[in-house]
Amino acid sequence: MNIFKLSIKNIFNKPLSSSISLALLVLGVGIISLLLQLNTLIKDQMDNNLRGIDMVVGAKGSPLQLILSSVYHIDSPTGNISLAEAETISNNRMVGSSIKILYGDNYKGFRIVGAEKKFIELYKGVIKEGKDWDNPYEVLVGSKVYEKLKINLGDELISSHGLRETGQSHDEGTFKVVGLLKPSNSVIDQLIITSPQSVWDIHETHDHDENENEHEHEHENEHDNREITAMLIKFKSPMNIIQFPRQINENTNLQAAVPSYEISRLFKLFGFGIETLSYLAYLIIIVSGFSLFINLFNSMRERKYEMALIRTLGASRFQLSTMIIFESLVLTISGFILGLLFSRFGVMFVSSLMEESINYNLNSLKILNEEYWLLGLSVLIGVVSSLIPAIQVYKMNISKILADA
Amino acid sequence: MLKTKEVEFNYDNQMFFKFQNIDLNSNENLLIIGESGVGKTTLMHLLAGLLKSNSGSIKLFDKELNQMSSYQLDSFRKNNIGIVFQRPHFVNSLTVKENLQLAQYIANKNDNTRIESILKNLNIFEKSNKKTNQLSQGEKQRVSIALAIVNSPKLILADEPTSSLDDNNCSKVIKLLKKQATDFGAQLIVITHDSRLKKHFKKSIEL
Repeated sequence: MNIFKLSIKNIFNKPLSSSISLALLVLGVGIISLLLQLNTLIKDQMDNNLRGIDMVVGAKGSPLQLILSSVYHIDSPTGNISLAEAETISNNRMVGSSIKILYGDNYKGFRIVGAEKKFIELYKGVIKEGKDWDNPYEVLVGSKVYEKLKINLGDELISSHGLRETGQSHDEGTFKVVGLLKPSNSVIDQLIITSPQSVWDIHETHDHDENENEHEHEHENEHDNREITAMLIKFKSPMNIIQFPRQINENTNLQAAVPSYEISRLFKLFGFGIETLSYLAYLIIIVSGFSLFINLFNSMRERKYEMALIRTLGASRFQLSTMIIFESLVLTISGFILGLLFSRFGVMFVSSLMEESINYNLNSLKILNEEYWLLGLSVLIGVVSSLIPAIQVYKMNISKILADA
Repeated sequence: MLKTKEVEFNYDNQMFFKFQNIDLNSNENLLIIGESGVGKTTLMHLLAGLLKSNSGSIKLFDKELNQMSSYQLDSFRKNNIGIVFQRPHFVNSLTVKENLQLAQYIANKNDNTRIESILKNLNIFEKSNKKTNQLSQGEKQRVSIALAIVNSPKLILADEPTSSLDDNNCSKVIKLLKKQATDFGAQLIVITHDSRLKKHFKKSIEL
């Protein structure tokens, strides 16, 4: 038996009031930690896919939509641009490197992207099995696609037009799987990648359905009129990021968007909601502190004879006060730990939801710096809410209590 | 072993007590008897070091209690004094055995065989793992005696141990207390208004 064990026994002796304070704290800590985790994971994921892309050029429309579609592959493209115009830009002396990508089809909801081979290098994609494509209609398949759809080397994939599963099937659009990519924790995990030529070929021979709203594909045979969906650009010097996008937006009928700018704009929008929710969670933590204080305060009154007894057995004032603070800390620290567990389950749940809809995986459960702050906050709540009861116990007049008995 | 001189105590200048001098030798038990309101509990708290007198001297085992700090008094108490209260108090979240272990822990001791032998001696060994609120009144009283003697005190102070008991139980409890004191080598001071106890003590003083 020791003071620490006694604290724990006291907590379990009052399961109802202990668990109310605990539940409030778990809720508060859990929500904040969940928000922190999701925010960080989404940001990491976004940044991870942003690497090496300073600017995206595509058709006019919403810049955010352009970024979401051609960098993150989660929105519809703004439209197509002509290959010739894109070439002019990629030849500009400010451009360090450029990657053309084009969309057209999907296979069971996963996008088939026609792209230059540099695209795979950009995301450090490595072939796990098979080989790179050599001919049109040969594809490399990202890790999540083949895991989910159980695709093997040599399989033939019949694509659907557009980016949604419901698109009309091409009879001619039969792709052959020649390579499987290793997981890279980036967007290429959820893509089927082929040569630009494949996409051009397929849409040349295909009877265009005018109702198709995802894409407007032109059907000219001349090479000069071929189109691409977007071009990912890296500048020679970071300075160009200020001037060059504006030039394009003002002087051409193309749109240039800067991913880092658009993403931080997006996070500002998110941020408002996250901030509001975290204020609410902090409020819950404070309420849990109050409930803890009230519990301790009441139990002090109920247990005053008990305290007096412990003092007469020879325990010092200090030991008794320590016991009260211990009781509070045991509750707040276990509240913190349970809160983190709660948030981890929350992250797993949310990521399983998100994987269904946008094919993103967020599973990484490291402890964030902010969560150490949260631990500090929990300890602080524990100390502060037990301070007054502890001082009361310290100043307790045992003789008077025993005489009143 | 206990020598008091001119001990005075007042509560907030309202109640004033002046106690007669006590002189008790080693190996003697003492009955302090008095009506309600003469300061029996106050005297007991003074002897236990729970209160400090305003003037006079209390010398217990050659230590002057009035000169000790509150911390020294706590430490003196746990090493020398066991207290039996009129109404038994326990730590309710703990079992009988755990209450005794807590008392030992406070006195930096850890001796389960002693706990067992005390509980057996008091005939409550089979209640070891019961919470204290599951005990009968008589069992509670015996557990509170166990708590008072678990740390081998040299002095047991008992405050009204028999006031609410019938004649039969009164004499049982006082015999039990005396037996425990003798068995474990402690002296016994009983403070009470219960005149039935007079016949059990050779030495007594009246307040």
